[in-house]
Amino acid sequence: MKEKPRNVYMVAGGVTKFAKASPEMDFRLRVKKAFDYAMNDAGLTLADIDGSVASYFSDHFQRQLMSGIMVQDYLGLVPKPSKRIEGGGATGGLAFQAGYEEIASGRMDTVAVYGFETMSHVNTWKGNEFIALASDTNFDYPIGGFYTGYYAMMAVRHMYEFGTTVEQMAKVSVKNHGNALHNPYAQSPMKLTVEDVRNAPMVSYPLTRLDVCAMSDGAAVAILASEDKAFEITDHPVLIKGIGTGTDSMRLADRPFGEVPLLPNEKPSDYKGLKYPGVHSFRAGRMAAKEAYEMAGITDPINEIDLIELHDAYTSSEIQTYEDLGLCKYGEGGQFIDEGKPELHGKIPVNPSGGLLAAGHPVGATGIMQAVFMFWQLQHTVKKHFHDDYLQVPNAKRGLIHSHAGTGTYVTVTIMEAAK
Amino acid sequence: MTLDPNAKLPETEEGTVVYNTDPLIVRSHYEIDYIHSYAQDSEFFRALGRKKLMGSKCKKCGYVYATPRSHCMMCGAETEWYELPLKGRVHTFTTCYFSGEEFLNETPFNLVMVEFDGVNSLFMSRLIGAETKDIYIGMPVRAKFRRNLKMNVTDVYFVPDVER
Repeated sequence: MKEKPRNVYMVAGGVTKFAKASPEMDFRLRVKKAFDYAMNDAGLTLADIDGSVASYFSDHFQRQLMSGIMVQDYLGLVPKPSKRIEGGGATGGLAFQAGYEEIASGRMDTVAVYGFETMSHVNTWKGNEFIALASDTNFDYPIGGFYTGYYAMMAVRHMYEFGTTVEQMAKVSVKNHGNALHNPYAQSPMKLTVEDVRNAPMVSYPLTRLDVCAMSDGAAVAILASEDKAFEITDHPVLIKGIGTGTDSMRLADRPFGEVPLLPNEKPSDYKGLKYPGVHSFRAGRMAAKEAYEMAGITDPINEIDLIELHDAYTSSEIQTYEDLGLCKYGEGGQFIDEGKPELHGKIPVNPSGGLLAAGHPVGATGIMQAVFMFWQLQHTVKKHFHDDYLQVPNAKRGLIHSHAGTGTYVTVTIMEAAK
Repeated sequence: MTLDPNAKLPETEEGTVVYNTDPLIVRSHYEIDYIHSYAQDSEFFRALGRKKLMGSKCKKCGYVYATPRSHCMMCGAETEWYELPLKGRVHTFTTCYFSGEEFLNETPFNLVMVEFDGVNSLFMSRLIGAETKDIYIGMPVRAKFRRNLKMNVTDVYFVPDVER
């Protein structure tokens, strides 16, 4: 931040149960359900909301342009200000930060950020084709446009550079699907073993079906407020302590071979000879973390953050992201999961909700879903919302949420902190 | 007077495919032909017909791109066309057993990122003539070109660069 912004708090959240297909509701009704849940939880009425941000990724899935205004209309928020935010897989994270900016700038005192995606209007393979249109349609898409293929190539290079193994990736799948067994909103809770993951059908070598997230229908809503308003609404608001956003080249082929942008807990000698980011790491994730940590005053991430919800569309990208976030050094991501550090009862629980792999990935809703689950963790209200407190991280005081677009083109990191 | 209270839409034989009645789920068809311009990238695609692989080189800082771009990502200056060698190495690879619908009938296929000597960035392509177990990082590969062009990036592909 170039100038000190107004403090911004999250005061309520709501999420629908994510599912492969839920044709009994359209996107407007789905958002309405999540919105009403959040509004009721905070005791708010429509008159309390100053404006909104709409978060959805693809116009292709619904073949409906201007879905944002249709939701605004359905929720009863017209004629208040609103806009749509889109940035691939990071759409939700970017929209959440756009909501932050509405309050931080002083334009609004309360904002509703609503995200949704209805991916079940097409079959999975058509959906993969739509998503692949988010790669360069001159040079990348016609070769066999398939995001799992792009991430698989990054995973293969990560394995080559650092010795990361397919078993380490499988452990991420076991962890996240297992956590989801206690998340009633999750799409794919499963008790798995490393062998189950490796024996699943190969999608794109080395990633199997259980290394990859699924398509989902879902919606999520976060309500943000200024400091005065937040404490009027709830005794337990959650402060947005820092935001960061990074970008990288659209084409994987264009990623440079330079030096690592260092975090305060790293030194140049850690990365002698490492060509960065190449296609093994997400520079946008590192830049997002760096900006958010600077704003939040974090210099030792693993000891200053209590839990994380990150964008694990692929098991390999969760391992790569441990490193981008500085939870361990580049190259140590595989060892990090081997040591159990990101497990629910580990040093720093990562994706206690089940993440994208198990909770689901209705693209525009995903980044907001992460904010809602993190909000409940930091409020210590997981039991109330999940009717099960198994996933409540006991010491949850400060959390990090991380949203990521195709091959790391846009990445957002947001730091959230319990106000008391 | 042209008002006709007996006006009636013509009835047709075409119906709608119904997948479910509660909720009502129907088939909705959509297709489109685009008038796609390769614009400033056109030379790359034309050159494939001459069996040449054209990257680009920054006129100011000298950065060389295997996948061409008309302005430099490093300094913002204009680039010029730069002919790439036809031999390179596998920088990374995968084999896709699934894909988007358009390419589903081509599976399994190999994707590779190719690195070239003296070139700063990579080029994504298909590798044929090798199975997953045969491919490795650093593997020498060589570009081949279709004779009957499709006028897209698949007009170039790579094969293992080994003695026959």
